[in-house]
Amino acid sequence: MLSADRPHLSLLAAFGRQFRRHGQALMASLAEVANPLLFFFMVVTLFPLGLGPDPTQLAAMAPGVLWVVALLASLMVSARMFASDFEDGSLEQMALAAHPLAVLALGEVVAHWLATGFLLALVSPLFALMLGLPSQGLGVLVVSLLLGTLCLTLIGAVGSALTVSIRRGGLLLSLLIIPLNVPVLIFGTAAVTEAVRGGDPSTWLALMGALAAGMLALVPLAVGAALRISLDS
Amino acid sequence: MYFESLAAAWHMEGHGGYVWLAYALTATALVLMVWLPLARHRRHLRWIAADQRRQVADSP
Amino acid sequence: MQRMWTFIHKLGSPPWFFAFSGTLVRWLLPVTVLLLALGACWGLLVAPPDFRQGNSYRIIYIHVPAAVVALAGYYVMAIAGAISLIWRIKMADVAMRAAAPVGAVLTGIALVTGAIWGKPTWGAWWVWDARITSMLILFFLYLGVVALFEAYENKAAAAKACAVLTLVGTVNIPIIYKSVDWWYSLHQPASLKFTGESAIDASMLYPLLVMIAAFYLLFAVSVLLYMRAELVWQHRNASWLRQRLGTS
Repeated sequence: MLSADRPHLSLLAAFGRQFRRHGQALMASLAEVANPLLFFFMVVTLFPLGLGPDPTQLAAMAPGVLWVVALLASLMVSARMFASDFEDGSLEQMALAAHPLAVLALGEVVAHWLATGFLLALVSPLFALMLGLPSQGLGVLVVSLLLGTLCLTLIGAVGSALTVSIRRGGLLLSLLIIPLNVPVLIFGTAAVTEAVRGGDPSTWLALMGALAAGMLALVPLAVGAALRISLDS
Repeated sequence: MYFESLAAAWHMEGHGGYVWLAYALTATALVLMVWLPLARHRRHLRWIAADQRRQVADSP
Repeated sequence: MQRMWTFIHKLGSPPWFFAFSGTLVRWLLPVTVLLLALGACWGLLVAPPDFRQGNSYRIIYIHVPAAVVALAGYYVMAIAGAISLIWRIKMADVAMRAAAPVGAVLTGIALVTGAIWGKPTWGAWWVWDARITSMLILFFLYLGVVALFEAYENKAAAAKACAVLTLVGTVNIPIIYKSVDWWYSLHQPASLKFTGESAIDASMLYPLLVMIAAFYLLFAVSVLLYMRAELVWQHRNASWLRQRLGTS
C-alpha cells in the first residue's frame, strides 16, 4: 500500500499521501473530530459553575482558562494519535517504507493537528465570548492557539509515539508531556493577557512562532525514533 | 562556633524547628539513597546464592 | 589519547566495571560522609546568621546543593541516554536508569526544603516562585522517565525510549526555565521579591561549596551502587560473576 513498491515517489508526495490517508481516516468518523471540541465546550462550562458567574472575575481568568482547557483537549486526543496505525499494522508498513519514518509521521501529525487543534482555534472565540473575554483579545487568542496547538500536537506526538505500545498508556502520556507543554502555555496566556490589557502581544507570538518552527524541524526525528522503539518492543 | 550553647543551636532564635526539620528529612533521604541500592544488591546476591545451592542439590 | 580510549572500552565491559566501581565506591563513600558531616556542622553551627533572614537561611546548605545536583543529574542522564542511543553501550543504559530515581529524590529534597524555608521567610509553605516552579517541573520530568521505564516490559526498549524522552527534555529544559522566569516577572508581586543571595559572604560560601561537592559525590555513589545492583541481576547467570562471588 505504501511506497515500498513505488520507490520513485518523491518525499513530498509520500508526505502528502500519509497526510491524506490519516486525514481521511479522521474525517470518516465525525466523533473523533467532534470530541475534543465538545470536551472544550463542556470544561469551559464547568468554570463558571465552579468559580461563580461574576463576569469581571470570569473575564480576568478567561485567557488562562481557555489555554489550560485547550492544553487538556490536546492532551486527550494525543493519546490516540498513532494507536490505530499501531493496532492495524500500518505503522510497520510505514517503518519499512523507502522514505524516512520522520517525514511520514509528520504527515500524520499535521493531519491530526488540522482535525483537532486547528478547528479548536477557529471555534475558540465562541467560548471566549461566553467567558466574557474582552473583544480586543479574540484575534490574538485565535492566532496564539493556531501556533500553540501545533506545538502541543507535536509534543503530544512524541509522547504518543513513546507510549503507543504500552497498554493503558493514557495517564503516563500526561505525565510525560505536561511538563514539556509549560512554555507553550506561558507564551499563549501571556500573549492573550497582553492583548486584553491593550499592549503589544507580538513578542509572545513571535516566541511561540519560533517554538513552533523549531519543533517542526526537530520533533519529527524524535517521533520517528520513538515509533521504531515502540515497534521493536 | 556561632552559638553559645547547644540549647541555643537547637532553638536558633525561633527558626530551629524549620532548620532541624529540613536537615532531618534530607538526612533520611540521603541515607535511603545509599541504603536502597545496597539492599537491592544484597537481594540479588541472595538470589544467586540460593540458585547455586539449588544447582548443587539438583546435580547427583 | 590511546589510554583514554582503552579506559572507555574497559568501562563498557561488565566484569571490569564491576571491579572498578567496587573500589571506587569503597573510597568515595567515606569521603562523601566526611564532607557531608563537615559541611553540615559548618553550615549549622559555625557560619554566621544572615542579617535579613536570621538562622532560617541555614537551610541553604542542603537546598541549593540538592537543586544544583538535581539539575546536573538530568544532563548526566541525557548524556548517558545519547551514548546508549548512538554507540549502543549497555552500561550507559544502566547508568541512565540508575540516575533517574536518584535525581528525582534530589529534586524532592530541594522542593521540600524549599517549602520549609519558605514558611519563616515568606510566611507560606508554598509560593509560586520562579525557581520553585521550575524545580517542580523538573521533578515531573524525572518522574516521567522513571514511569516510562517501568511501563515497558522489554527493558532494552525501555532504556531507548527513556533516552529519547530525556533528550527531548534536555532540549526543552532551558526553554522551560526561561519561560517560567518570564512568567514570574510578569506576575511578580513586589512583596515577594527575594534578594537574599545577591552577594554572599565568604564565611557563608565555603560551607556551601563543601556541601555542593558532597552532594555531587553522593549522587555519583548512589548511581554507582544502583548500577552494581543492576549489573549483578543482569549477569546473574554469568560465570565471571559467580566465580567472583564464590572466591570472595
